[in-house]
Amino acid sequence: MNRRTKGHTLVKPRENSAGAVQGRLSVSSAFDSWLASHRSNARVSLKRLMDEPLQTLMTTLVIAIAFALPAALWVAVANLQSLSGSWQTTTRISLFIDKGASTQTTENLIKAVESLNQFDAVTYVSPEVALEEFQTASGFGEVLALLEENPLPGVLLLSPKPALGSEPESLQALIDQLEQLTGVAEVQLDMQWLQRMQRILAMAQRVAILLGVALSLGVLLAVGNTIRLAIESRRDEILVVKLVGGTNGFVRRPFLYTGLWYGLAGGVLAWLGVVLAGLWLGKTVSELALLYQSSFSLQGPGAMGLLLLAILGGILGLLGAALAVGRHIASIEP
Amino acid sequence: MIRFDGVSKRYAEGYEALSDISLSLDAGELAFLTGHSGAGKSTLLKLIMLMERPSRGQLLINGKNLNRLHRSQIPHYRRRVGVVFQDHQLLFDRTVFDNVALPLLVSGYQTREIAKRVRASLDKVGLLDREKLNPMQLSGGEQQRVGIARAVVHKPRILLADEPTGNLDPALSEEIMGLFREFRDVGVTVLIATHDLALVQSLGERTLSLKEGRLMGSES
Repeated sequence: MNRRTKGHTLVKPRENSAGAVQGRLSVSSAFDSWLASHRSNARVSLKRLMDEPLQTLMTTLVIAIAFALPAALWVAVANLQSLSGSWQTTTRISLFIDKGASTQTTENLIKAVESLNQFDAVTYVSPEVALEEFQTASGFGEVLALLEENPLPGVLLLSPKPALGSEPESLQALIDQLEQLTGVAEVQLDMQWLQRMQRILAMAQRVAILLGVALSLGVLLAVGNTIRLAIESRRDEILVVKLVGGTNGFVRRPFLYTGLWYGLAGGVLAWLGVVLAGLWLGKTVSELALLYQSSFSLQGPGAMGLLLLAILGGILGLLGAALAVGRHIASIEP
Repeated sequence: MIRFDGVSKRYAEGYEALSDISLSLDAGELAFLTGHSGAGKSTLLKLIMLMERPSRGQLLINGKNLNRLHRSQIPHYRRRVGVVFQDHQLLFDRTVFDNVALPLLVSGYQTREIAKRVRASLDKVGLLDREKLNPMQLSGGEQQRVGIARAVVHKPRILLADEPTGNLDPALSEEIMGLFREFRDVGVTVLIATHDLALVQSLGERTLSLKEGRLMGSES
């Protein structure tokens, strides 16, 4: 139903204004003017924010910081997850050989392992090779040179067949089997610490969500308070608008848009902050990764992150404004 | 058009602003509401504007009982009434044009229709050339005329004015009253609250006199 026709007809428009009455009653033109009202409200509220750049910037920054903290944590966790994910696909077993084992024992051990027929690749890293690798990769070369004897044991690097890698029980059985062989000091499944790290990451993710929820509440209150002040400062205008027949909805609309703009700007600014922080950290991270022979590079929040932060910010801004508006505008009556 | 049937307004503190008011104004009638400050003039206008509700009695506008009007319908009702305030209540953060356009804007008129009506209304009060100015740049008399333009831009059938000439000199006051008479002449019901008895007497229109919340009888 046309929202204007449902008004009562206490006072009928004069006959000589029939043309105008026609213009007011058609549904499509009512929709047009409703749309035009939204457009102008959106524009006017944006302009008001621009007219007070300092106040606007402060509020937007508060919102942006509140969003940026959990977002940054989330991005960090996502990065670590992708990092650990790339390791997980190459499950490896490190078999450390007894330090005192003779060449013969080592050769027998390699043969025994190969005869199990469970591995795609069996690589023997002799103590000497291991020491060399360690020296070049770790930067402890000079210190190691001081040692009289090589502290590193020989290692067999085993890559289990893919079918095995995904079954923890059979992997465990295989490890038990390996430990029984002669000349074996220790068998280590590289996945164990990975699993631990994934638990820690899952926890960090929850911390990010918790932080996000708590700070979102903060955003809600910050926007709500800003809107409340805006309503207070426009009290006279609201009274006049209500006296000439403005509905609560009409009065509410520009303030809701203000909240929406705050939230959107805060979300976008938070995204920008995380991106910039990522760029700043990215070079160091890549350098660090190189030291670990990894080509890992930091992934920013991306376009999806921008979309998510903007939508989330918009919703929270709108909600905060709605909270303030609902309570205060109805109480301002002429 | 406007009818009060035994209307009383008692405030929560126990003060009775209006006692047992009965009066009737026909469509196209102009009347003055006089009395000292505190006699209840503003309260009576506020009842018609639904800024206040009567404690007792009935108020009928165009035959409809205002007591039965739901809160949510108040804005729609107010769109059919025009009000002129003593302190004109103009908004200084926008132009004269936008001030006058406000009643049309809240009713959802289209931009083209708004421009047409605002200009017609400003032309009526002789301020067409001031539409782009800020009301602050206008004189007191001009500001009051902008207030009148805003009150009639949506062509209300009822026009209320609360001390419209309160701050104006006699010549300007007469000019403003002349405008109100013109609106009466095209069928608008006009009710003007004023304490300017000299002006009221010189105009010779119907006068409703309030004293301590009671109607003293109307003479014309």
